[in-house]
Parts: sequence; structure tokens; C-alpha cells
Amino acid sequence: MKIHEYQGKQILSQHGVAVPRGEVAETPDRVREIAAKIGPPVVLKAQIHAGGRGKGGGIKVAQSVDEAGVLAGQMIGMTLVTHQTGPQGKVVKRLLVEEALGVARELYLGIVIDRERECPVIMASTEGGMEIEKVATEHPELIFKEWISPAAGLAGFQARNLAFQLGLAGETFKQAVKFLSGLYRAFQATDASLAEINPLIVTSQGNVLALDAKMNFDDNAVPRHPDIQALRDFDEEDPLEVEASKYNLNYIKLDGNIGCMVNGAGLAMATTDIIKYSGGEPANFLDVGGGVTEEAVSNAFKILVSDKSVKAALVNIFGGIVRCDMIATGIVKAAKELGTRIPIVVRLEGTNVELGKKILQESGLSFTPAAGMKDAAKKVVSLAQ
Amino acid sequence: MSILIDKKTRVVVQGITGGEGTFHTQRMIEYGTNVVAGVTPGKGGTTHLGVPVYNTLADAVGQTGANASAIFVPPFAAADAIMEAAAAGLSVVVCITEGIPTFDMIKAKAYLQTRPVSLIGPNTPGIISPGKCKIGIMPGHIHTPGSIGIISRSGTLTYEAVQQVSKVGFGQSTAVGIGGDPIVGLKYIDLLKLFKKDRDTEAVILIGEIGGTAEEEAAAYIKKEFTKPVVSFIAGQTAPPGRRMGHAGAIIAGGKGTAKEKMQALEAAGVLVAKSPADIGRKVKEALAKR
Repeated sequence: MKIHEYQGKQILSQHGVAVPRGEVAETPDRVREIAAKIGPPVVLKAQIHAGGRGKGGGIKVAQSVDEAGVLAGQMIGMTLVTHQTGPQGKVVKRLLVEEALGVARELYLGIVIDRERECPVIMASTEGGMEIEKVATEHPELIFKEWISPAAGLAGFQARNLAFQLGLAGETFKQAVKFLSGLYRAFQATDASLAEINPLIVTSQGNVLALDAKMNFDDNAVPRHPDIQALRDFDEEDPLEVEASKYNLNYIKLDGNIGCMVNGAGLAMATTDIIKYSGGEPANFLDVGGGVTEEAVSNAFKILVSDKSVKAALVNIFGGIVRCDMIATGIVKAAKELGTRIPIVVRLEGTNVELGKKILQESGLSFTPAAGMKDAAKKVVSLAQ
Repeated sequence: MSILIDKKTRVVVQGITGGEGTFHTQRMIEYGTNVVAGVTPGKGGTTHLGVPVYNTLADAVGQTGANASAIFVPPFAAADAIMEAAAAGLSVVVCITEGIPTFDMIKAKAYLQTRPVSLIGPNTPGIISPGKCKIGIMPGHIHTPGSIGIISRSGTLTYEAVQQVSKVGFGQSTAVGIGGDPIVGLKYIDLLKLFKKDRDTEAVILIGEIGGTAEEEAAAYIKKEFTKPVVSFIAGQTAPPGRRMGHAGAIIAGGKGTAKEKMQALEAAGVLVAKSPADIGRKVKEALAKR
């Protein structure tokens, strides 16, 4: 799960991580109030779940309270397009208004889970403000890492190692060590999957602060953190994906015109792969879960056909111990309820497969049965044309 | 022969009295798996599905001599169940549960480090040696005894591969789902090492997917010391970056973990890589004919 920058900074601040003074606003009037309170110059930062905001015009500096109000009027409601939003962009609903700070150095800090070593890894770099993936390819020697023991947490010497490697000294060094331990505490306490401070700044006075903050959370752990769960912003997600998540379906919108409904994540990925391999373009990824139920099939079907770009659909269910007649009944029921007219290719495998096919054939709806994945993909691709 | 489990395996089911536990224990018993005990804290002393239920795994092991477990407990309690199984001295632990927080698994794996246990999963359909033993939720009837070993991060895609292999006339020695989570127990390499020693396994199918580098590590191992033919399919060739594709571990992060990188690494190691998931069976036939 993703959250906004201002929400991430609130969490970090609760764990003793230094962030610039600032508040979030939804109207130009409120922006003026905050700007007056902080005292100009202030920075206005568009709050959307995507990076690259500066280049797209989503970060502006105001030298006065009046200018802050004028800029806020332009920014709130604007559609911000960055390399991460896609061409359609995202509408800006909130601005984070922060004190403008004199920056002496821009550094990088990030914590992720290292899947190979099976523990969190904290990464620091002198190359702040750049994409860390780029630094990793071009200057791997400028990235310093410490792997964190799940039992011991981030040890003091590890924080000191990183702060020294970043070339810090004196009071700045002490602040950086404190910053690092707070950052790890926040990461661990919230079951985060990513905590990224880019840039971490050293001000002209030598203070260390998080100029930007990005936090993502482990979806499996979010249910045990109601405070984090409450930060989810549904406006940032595709409406169909939000709808699907209500039924615990894994749905991801793609760009093509062939809808898919599959049980199991691996088979669902393989199904979108074979559609492309057969010359078609999948409209979505949809995993109804390995142990598919009639209800899940029916809900999934509704989401699938409510996507207007879908010209034909492929249902690929490897039931195994799940009965195919039950799945067929669910599909027929949903198709009848929705009165859908799009052609649907159905590939069923498992117990009672013949009975399942019979139910589909006798339903009076336009189902095309398929034998195997290859046949199913071929048929749906030709029907979508 | 088979790897990890056989006719003699004595299985205890953790969470046997729950809905999933009940349903799948019944299927395992029907398949012929030797289920000797169940564990549900607070229900010790009762009998469920004709199997004695104990309060703790230590009791179950002490009383019945169980040496493997199947875990069907809810996500927030599952890492604890894994540690309990390891502490009780089981040699094979199969964790079916999906949705365990990553931090819980990190702690559980650290706990497992000093204990000689083979953890399979979590978020796995389990492991099956056809005709001998099934610990998991896969449909037993699609499997046939034979000479192909299967290792996969997926559930239903593994069933697909099993069926294709059966259709071209081969059975399976053992099929193992290693799980779709970012942190799992046994990985490809651990299982390849076991298949290497198993005289009845003639070839291996490695089913991978986007996310992480486990497939690349397997490719490096295969290149170095695995001489049996290997066929592979990698799911997620068309997956968009930065999105979690159903499995918690199936995500291209920071441009890493793409299907393309994995397929290239495997091909470079001499593995026959199927581009289409419909070609897995055909590739196995091809690989065995080549020998």
C-alpha cells in the first residue's frame, strides 16, 4: 500500500525523524494561512502517489503569502503528468506547504527488504535527488549498505558506519545517526516494505532533514495497523481495482481489449502472457484465488465486463478439486444478470469438467468452449478482432 | 523414489479443526497420506476426522512420531506455527497459509537457521510424490507417478504443467510448490540438489515468475553442476513494472526481477525455456529426446 508524502512525514516525525515544518492544505486560503504561520519563503508540493513531481510543475516556491495563494490556486485541481503517472496524469487535490530550507548537500537513504538475504537492508548514498536505480547502475561504489538483523535491529555502529561513509562530521553526524535509527524504527514498527528519503538534506546550518519521504507498506501486514489502513487514498487507485479489492480479488488494469479471469496468480500471469504471445492484448490481470468460489467468479465477472475496453473475454479456470459445474453455474448466473453480449471463451479443467461444459452450452449465452490454453488464447484473440 | 516425502512420512496437521484444515486433511487422507495427528491449541484430547488432536506440536510428535507437518493456520499466527514445528524437531514443514506479513517470515526464518528443518512455502499448494504422499491442497488425481521433478512458485500453473506432462506420457517423481511470497523456505537450488541425487528423477521443470532473483540463482547453479535436463517457464512476461501480480513476491521492483532477465539467465545455463505456457509438456518431451 502506498501513502502520500505528507502522511509519510507524519509517521516519520512520530518516530523522531527530522522533517521540515509544514502542513497539508486543500484550498488556497488554507495554503495562505499555513504560509503566514511558517513565514515565507515556502515550498508548495503537490500530493499525488507518483514521483517526478518537480519536473511536471508539481513543486513550486513562493516568496510571499500572496504568491503562495496564487500558486495554490493554479496547482490545486491541476492534472499533473509525470513519468510515473502515465499520460493521463493525476489530479492534484492537496498541497503540502513547507518551510523553504537552504540546502548544502543532497543525500539518499532507503530501506527495503533484501529478498536474497532475508532481512531489511538500509542503503545510503551521496548522490541524493537522483533515481537510486540509476546510481546503482552507473556508480554502485557510491551506494553504502548495512543489512539489519531482525533480532538486533539497526545497531549503533551500523548507523555510524553509514553516517561516516556519507562524509558527515560533528553535530551533523550526530543528527544523521539519530535520523537513521528513527527511520529504521518507523520502518519496522509499521511493517513497511519501503522507506525512502530522497533527498535527505544537510541544510546550510548543518541540520539533517527529510526533504522528501516515500513509504510503502506490506499489504499482508496492513490489516494489523488500522492507523496505516486509514491512510489509503482511494482517489489514487483505478476505480475497478478498488472495486475488486472489496471482494479480495487481485485485479490489475492493463492496456489491451481482452478481459481475463483466472484462478491463481501464476496461471493468471501465464494467461496474459499467452494472449500476447498469440497476437492479442490483455485488458487486465485478474486472479480470483486458487480455491475459486461461485461468489468470487460472479464478482470477478462483473468487474471484468464493466471495463468498456473489453471486446472479448477469456475465462481460464484450472479447478483441480474445485468443481467445474459450480464454476460454470457462477459464470452463467453473472452473465445473465449483467446481460453481457461480449464473446466469452471458457477453458475449464478439473472435477466434473463435462458437466461444466454442458451447463455453459445449454445456457443460451455466447460461450465458446476451449480445450487447453493454446486453443483458448487463439480463439479469444480472433474474437477480439 | 521421491524427494522429501514418501509412503513412510507421518504427517501432523496444524490447524486441523479449522475449515481449510478439515477440508484438505480429508483429501490428504483419501489420497493415502499417513495423517497421524492434528494440533489445535485448546482442543487437545479430542478426535477430528478419526485423527487424535493435541494442544501442542511437541505433544503430537511425542505421542505419534510425526515427522512432517502441514500448516493451515491464519496468516497472523502462521509464522508462529512454523517456529513451533521447527522446535518440535520435524524434518519437513509445509506452510499452505497465504498472507503472512514479511517481517513475521523474516523472524521465523532467522529462528529456523539453527534447526535442521526443510520448510516448504508459505503460500504454496504443497508437495506431492504421486502415489505415495501428498501434503497440501493440490488435486491428487491429476498426478501420475513418474520421472519428472517439478519446482514452482505457483499453484494452478503447476497443475497446468502436471497435466501437460501427463499428456505427453510422463509422470512426476515429486512436485513441489516453493511458494509465492518474497520470503520462503526451500528455494529452487535446495530442491535441485535433492532432485540431482534422486535416481528416479530424469528431468526437472522449473516454473518461475517475476520478482526477486531466485531463478537467476538457480540458473547459476544449473550451469555449474546440474546435469539432468531442465525445462522452464517464467510467468509474467507481460506484467507491468511496480505492480504486485497476485502473489506477494511477484513484482518487478526498481526495474529488477523481469521475466526477460530470468529467461535469459536460464537459457544461458542450457535450460529449455518455453515462451508459451502451453509448450511446457512439449519441451519436456524434447529435452528427454535430446539426451
